[in-house]
Amino acid sequence: MIEMKNVSKTYMIGDTEVKALDQIHFQIGKGEFVAIVGPSGSGKSTLMNMLGCLDVPDEGEYFLDGIDINNSSDNDLAQIRNTKIGFVFQNFNLLSKLNALENVEVPMMYKGVSAGESKRLASAYLERVGLQDRGKHTPKELSGGQQQRVAIARALSCEPQIILADEPTGALDQKTGREIICLLKELNAQGQTIILITHDNNIAQQANRQICIIDGQISEEPRL
Amino acid sequence: MKIMRTIRLALKNIRSNKLRSALTMLGLIIGISSVIVLVGIGTGATTNITSEVASLGTDILTVSVNTDQGLTLDEVSELSELSGIKQAAPFANVSATVSKGASTGSMLSVLGVDGNYLDVRNYTLSAGREISFIDLDNQSKVCIIGADVSQDLFNNENPVDQTIKIGGDNYTVIGTLTEQGSSMGTNADSMVLMPVTTAQSLAGSGDIKSLYVQTENEDAVNFTQLATENYLKTTLDASSDEISVTTQQSMLDTMSSVQDTLILLLAGIASISLLVGGIGVMNVMLVSVTERTKEIGIRKSLGARKSNILVQFLIEALILCLLGGITGILLGLGVGSAAELLGYTFTYSLNIVGIAFGFAAVIGLVFGIFPAYRASCLNPIEALRMD
Ligand SMILES: Nc1ncnc2c1ncn2[C@@H]1O[C@H](COP(=O)(O)OP(=O)(O)OP(=O)(O)O)[C@@H](O)[C@H]1O
Ligand SMILES: [Mg+2]
Repeated sequence: MIEMKNVSKTYMIGDTEVKALDQIHFQIGKGEFVAIVGPSGSGKSTLMNMLGCLDVPDEGEYFLDGIDINNSSDNDLAQIRNTKIGFVFQNFNLLSKLNALENVEVPMMYKGVSAGESKRLASAYLERVGLQDRGKHTPKELSGGQQQRVAIARALSCEPQIILADEPTGALDQKTGREIICLLKELNAQGQTIILITHDNNIAQQANRQICIIDGQISEEPRL
Repeated sequence: MKIMRTIRLALKNIRSNKLRSALTMLGLIIGISSVIVLVGIGTGATTNITSEVASLGTDILTVSVNTDQGLTLDEVSELSELSGIKQAAPFANVSATVSKGASTGSMLSVLGVDGNYLDVRNYTLSAGREISFIDLDNQSKVCIIGADVSQDLFNNENPVDQTIKIGGDNYTVIGTLTEQGSSMGTNADSMVLMPVTTAQSLAGSGDIKSLYVQTENEDAVNFTQLATENYLKTTLDASSDEISVTTQQSMLDTMSSVQDTLILLLAGIASISLLVGGIGVMNVMLVSVTERTKEIGIRKSLGARKSNILVQFLIEALILCLLGGITGILLGLGVGSAAELLGYTFTYSLNIVGIAFGFAAVIGLVFGIFPAYRASCLNPIEALRMD
């Protein structure tokens, strides 16, 4: 479903070139639970942005669901992010002025789902992550773990092919972090493809495949 | 994305920053309300004068001479014999204390007129008779009083054939005017009319310096104007500067050009203040875009297109301006009505209100588009990294 073909991304910092991604090549199939690991600054987030179609490769090709991302317009990319990808960020990235329910509705609004329908679906997804009674709460009124659950409900709301989670437990304590990983594993068990970026080896162990990145290159890809 | 949701979202954002939104709108509110008030009072004033001028009739010429020696009554009647002229009504304005019995009396405008005056001014009598030739010949001490004067001096009694004191002498009231209202800067209701010959002896001067000339044919008014001018120049040996013969039409034209200039001037001032208001809106929207960079990044990562973001910010600017516009219109109408209570004439047309509203909308679009465009072009990765 995901095909990265020799993808490179270079940043210019002053006069020096930084190869954030260097000839990345891999495939991820439907239903996989993949952990991307690597030291800080190795290019994990850059790869995640690429996978999430927030960024396009300088070199190489990226096919998502058979779509050539290099040759897609801005609007096409927006639509792909909307319907095929669900982001889960380290710092949750909820909209602070909206309550939990409205936050879950945002992607559906851009998809064009009617107001009544999106409200109904949003409550269903909140229930799915165990927050049925927190719909009217704003992010400020929720704990970190609850916020991340709202973010996961939001990521699920347009039934994406892939959930991309960039250190989703990075801002949470261990126990809450474990609960979030549990939730992700549950979703994976129901067939959801999940790509997870993490520093934490324990968490990486829970995935059924690891991709290790060092200095923008894939260094090893052990299978468990 | 449904427009109603975008509007609701924009209202939410405006509400969540009430003070800032109010201050942003203030510029527009002041601009728009001052347009409504200034244009309303300006057109009110000129419309007033215009309707007074028009009420006099377009077949009337207003004559005033500025020579040392004015016209004699004989010359006035000679003028009225000219072809095309129906009648001439000379008048002499003096002021005198008017009283009844032992009361102290008050200073009133006393107008010396002849028998044509009432007809030319379209005044009618509520009681009594007009000033006759005999009154003029004899310099009779008789007078016609305005409705207010009658009310003041005689209350509800019939004033006709009663005696009042003007400038120390006794005069017999021969008639009263129906209520006329004020017109052309004179208020006939608080005036006293007497034979022009009597007024001349009261004032101690025998010249006529102002008169109305009524033409026989409205269409020949310009020809009559020339004839009158020529007559005055030869009779008085006067230059063009010393005499003025104005048609009502030319006064109307002057009024309407004054009104046009006034409105243009006000529109200019208004545009400048609205421009300043618009720049304020743009400024606030730019700040708002910077503040909400993160929000924009999140929305883009969730699938918002450029156009979604553009419309969101544009609608917000538009609503801000329309709210300011509506408030400004209401404030303007309120201040205008207050001014009306203070005695100004205040007129407003739906045109002006519509234009003001349209202006607010245009400002919202013009000054909102740039910040909105900036917002829509933000790179989502960089926007997400913001804190
Ligand atoms: N916008 C940018 N401009 C310039 N350099 C960048 C930019 N984004 C990333 N880089 C560089 O690319 C490299 C990879 O960055 P990236 O954020 O992908 O690392 P990471 O693996 O996610 O690190 P961490 O684990 O700390 O989050 C780094 O050297 C970084 O300096
Ligand atoms: Mg990172």
